[in-house]
Amino acid sequence: MGSNLFAATGLNRRNQRVQGLFHTLFGLMTLLLITPVLLILGMLLYKGGGMLSMDFLLTYPKDGMTAGGLLPALVGTIWLVSVALLVSVPIGVAAAIYLSEYAPNNWFTRIINLAIINLAGVPSIVHALFGVGAFVIFFGFGTSILAASLTLAIMTLPVVIVATRESLQAVPFAFREACWNMGATRWQTIRRVVLPNAVSGILTGIILEVSRTTGETAPVMFTGAVFFTPFLPQSVFDQTMAMSLHLFVVTTQVPGVPGELPFGVALVLIGMVLVMNSLSIAFRMYLRSRKKW
Amino acid sequence: MTVQAGARSAAADFDRRNADWYIDKLVQTLVFIGGISAIVFVLGIFVFVTKEGIGFIIDTIDFKEFFTSPYWEPSDEDAPEYGILALVAGTASVTGLAMVVAIPFSLGAAIFIGEFAGGKTREVLKVLVELLAAIPSVVWGFIGLTIMNPLIIEWFHVPVGLNVLNAGIILGLMAAPIMTSISEDALKAVPDRYREAAEAMGATRWQVIFKVVLPAAKNGLLGAVLLGVARGFGETMAVLMATGHSVNIPHSLFDSVRALTATIAAELGETAQGSDHYQALFTIGIFLFLITFLINLSADLIVRGIRKG
Repeated sequence: MGSNLFAATGLNRRNQRVQGLFHTLFGLMTLLLITPVLLILGMLLYKGGGMLSMDFLLTYPKDGMTAGGLLPALVGTIWLVSVALLVSVPIGVAAAIYLSEYAPNNWFTRIINLAIINLAGVPSIVHALFGVGAFVIFFGFGTSILAASLTLAIMTLPVVIVATRESLQAVPFAFREACWNMGATRWQTIRRVVLPNAVSGILTGIILEVSRTTGETAPVMFTGAVFFTPFLPQSVFDQTMAMSLHLFVVTTQVPGVPGELPFGVALVLIGMVLVMNSLSIAFRMYLRSRKKW
Repeated sequence: MTVQAGARSAAADFDRRNADWYIDKLVQTLVFIGGISAIVFVLGIFVFVTKEGIGFIIDTIDFKEFFTSPYWEPSDEDAPEYGILALVAGTASVTGLAMVVAIPFSLGAAIFIGEFAGGKTREVLKVLVELLAAIPSVVWGFIGLTIMNPLIIEWFHVPVGLNVLNAGIILGLMAAPIMTSISEDALKAVPDRYREAAEAMGATRWQVIFKVVLPAAKNGLLGAVLLGVARGFGETMAVLMATGHSVNIPHSLFDSVRALTATIAAELGETAQGSDHYQALFTIGIFLFLITFLINLSADLIVRGIRKG
């Protein structure tokens, strides 16, 4: 080779080529992962966009669900999600406080963590079977909003626990030490110092949970959601329609549904979920940018 | 711990047990109850699902037939057959194809996001992946039924587009975002000093990735794959809508199949409570619970293994 010590050797050039190749390859894979989904979303918007109107959201289905709107499903989903939140948020936040602030680092805490992972990993249809066995039959709630929401609450509990625990642990330990040194008890420290500094992170987690709960179908199928009811629910012991199940029903169970109606339902459902997730992400970014420590 | 010890020795001098002390103890008990709730619920799931299915396991089931017979004909009045082999084959084939789709793409995407992309690109990609992971499974099933189905019929000239191929691709697209973010976490967990050491030795970026980062993140990546498998095994609505739902041991990608989860979802509504059929569905539920429990447990042990080492 030549006299220039720093001239690129054949090996250098080969290495650079290979590196460029991998950069492109992995970039392409990322694109291939994301593009089909964006195309599909675009198609949903294209085919279902024409359905969107206030009428569609605020009227009852008619003509055997082949026309009309989705008011009862929308209201039903709001009921299901709200009741589920009332149950899972207190339990989830308590669990996260225990794990972050009290739990010793031992085998028992490890079992709790394992249980949380498993609770998140149990198939949704098994949660549904549990809901039927426990809430519908054993506790005698029947197929009702209460049974369905309790099933949903238990299924999405890990979302709240994990998000809350993370935001509690993000509060620097020195904050707690300063408070203890002033003679505060553990609970006083948690309530006055830790929770106020973590509350926005917890909110982010709750929004995520709302989104998860909205989209779940299998757990509510046999516990409280029905294919069709002409009434809006009056109490937690009523049955109800739900957005997610409604999409399944108009797609597979009802004959003679005009092609664009299911697209409209899918669009509203996915819109609700994506809007909430985006909110949660935006909120998280805003918080991160404001963080003082 | 040290704080409690301090409080205890001070108590010898003057009694600290005022209202605040009792509130503190009360809260400690309450959050402990919250803490063990996860254990209670997991046990509860097992107990209640078993309770509904136990009669079938004790009285009716022939374990050999249950696991080896490909005939699932619970509504045959004369001789109902409860064999889940075809259903297991359906679930396994769809999950297998989903992993073939998801593993290379999610690994590639994780490497790109974690090791190549920087700044804004990285943030945008991470947000997109997170949003993709949020799409509900019933919407995926809807996509399989209304968009993929006609595409498969048109491209491959087959009579029905609801088959292993359709459900496998759908499930792969569903699992990929989650596997991407777990894999990316695993790559991020590899300390930067490993990369710096390799770079100081003159390694190029891809050499660093292939010879240093990937081997070091091996366990985390395996954990990501296992969680993807568990997701595929337990997915219900998407496979119910996209597999074609016919009991069948598949011989090609274009055969319709039926999954374990989808069978429960489709048939539970039609069965009388306490009947053999009803109990058989709960028995499938126990089987699913145990399988996913094992997968999640091993994923946890594998990922934890690397943290200790």
